[in-house]
Amino acid sequence: MSVSVRIPTQLRQLTGGSGEVAVEAATVREALASLDSLHPGIGERLLDDNGALRRFVNLFLADEDVRFLEGLDTPVSDGQTLSVVPAVAGG
Amino acid sequence: MSFVEGLRCRECGRVYPAAASHVCDFCFGPLEVAYDYEAVAASISREKIAAGPATIWRYADLLPASAESPVELGAGFTPLVRADRLAAELGLGELYVKNDTRNPTGSFKDRVVSVALTKARELGFKIAACASTGNLANSVAAHAARAGMQSYVFVPKDLERVKIQTTAVFGGNLIAVDGNYDDVNRLCAELASEHTDWAFVNVNVRPYYSEGSKTLAFEVAEQLGWTVPDHVVVPIASGSQLTKIHKGFHELGLVGLAQGGDGVRISGAQAAGCSPVATAFAEGSDVVRPVRPDTIAKSLAIGNPADGYYALGVVRSSGGAIASVTDDEIVEGMRLLARTEGIFAETAGGVTIATLAKLAAAGVVRHDERVVAYVTGTGLKTVEALGDTVGPSAVIEPTLEAFAAIQQEGLMR
Repeated sequence: MSVSVRIPTQLRQLTGGSGEVAVEAATVREALASLDSLHPGIGERLLDDNGALRRFVNLFLADEDVRFLEGLDTPVSDGQTLSVVPAVAGG
Repeated sequence: MSFVEGLRCRECGRVYPAAASHVCDFCFGPLEVAYDYEAVAASISREKIAAGPATIWRYADLLPASAESPVELGAGFTPLVRADRLAAELGLGELYVKNDTRNPTGSFKDRVVSVALTKARELGFKIAACASTGNLANSVAAHAARAGMQSYVFVPKDLERVKIQTTAVFGGNLIAVDGNYDDVNRLCAELASEHTDWAFVNVNVRPYYSEGSKTLAFEVAEQLGWTVPDHVVVPIASGSQLTKIHKGFHELGLVGLAQGGDGVRISGAQAAGCSPVATAFAEGSDVVRPVRPDTIAKSLAIGNPADGYYALGVVRSSGGAIASVTDDEIVEGMRLLARTEGIFAETAGGVTIATLAKLAAAGVVRHDERVVAYVTGTGLKTVEALGDTVGPSAVIEPTLEAFAAIQQEGLMR
């Protein structure tokens, strides 16, 4: 499954300035692992030592918060977009 | 002058320059403005504040932007009203209402926007933007108009019609999004990465913006003769206002203006139809699970509150509580405040008053405490929430007989 991952400003120094990275994955977790193998270091910024999503990171698959889906285990479909968005905004 | 040292990550402590940036590049924690409090203490005084303008800018030494030419419409220094009739209804003693309906666009948002756009202009921005549940939309559009800035305001499309009209009239770009506030907020967080020449007041300039809410604490202390209340009740949407009121009381001690700020009990108010923080409080959890909002209190309808985690911490450490109230209780809260104190608050104010009533009945807010309830927006923007619960006492022909007849029927209050 080819998924496009949208990268926020804060992480673009790890992607060579790119705001969008294509990865192959079957789940959200795999998409992040694939992203980390393409751009080493990005994984630890998003996941804690136990492999859980960090408190201040939100992930949206096709514009839906993955916490309303199956979290990191959410399956992804070909052509979907996974957005990485800092949680602290708004209000 | 400004006493800002820079921005500091609230989680990992990394320090950044005072630029347009809201989260830590490393851990994504929120950035907060850091001040040189010794220098502030040497500059600030009760007398200097008293000689300042009757706006938030009288506290400029504790704000992160220069007061020399602020972007402003006169936000702040709103009345602190002694509310004896409401207190009697609720079985409370010394109760005050901070009447923040009395701001230029009718809500506390004028405080935060004045600070945000003043800083944005200092940083060279010419375009203002925001994600909003309505009150912020009004305020950003108005302040941008005043400052001659372009504006892009994003709101959920199901907003109260009045909030749409009272934003659009200021002439900026108003974009109604097919989604709830959390969808709008996510869109804006992503747009902020693409439009780095826009000052999103609650995204990339959020550290400055949120500091404006500290003035809600400063004013209350000054209006109480530079003393602090025992207990305050604050509505929770993102949780930012509550945490900044706490910070404001704390800073008063740091700079020698008023003591005891760390002892103020802080309680939070949410609508039952959007109560992720109240739920976490009730469960004893520090994880705020996002919800899909369904409440008439649209200005509080944030299902995924950015500062929910910190608001929980503040409430717990201060010995306060968080409760939630139903839509019917919200309307009754609006009516209770109106009929006892002559203050017409929006639905969020109804949430605050209904929660105050609930916490008073539970003995959490006590008769022996000096209490302040923060009422942060005007009822004129959410009139439709009242529905048919209020209306004329009677409809009559223009004759003496007709009036006498309804008097006899006992229709008069």
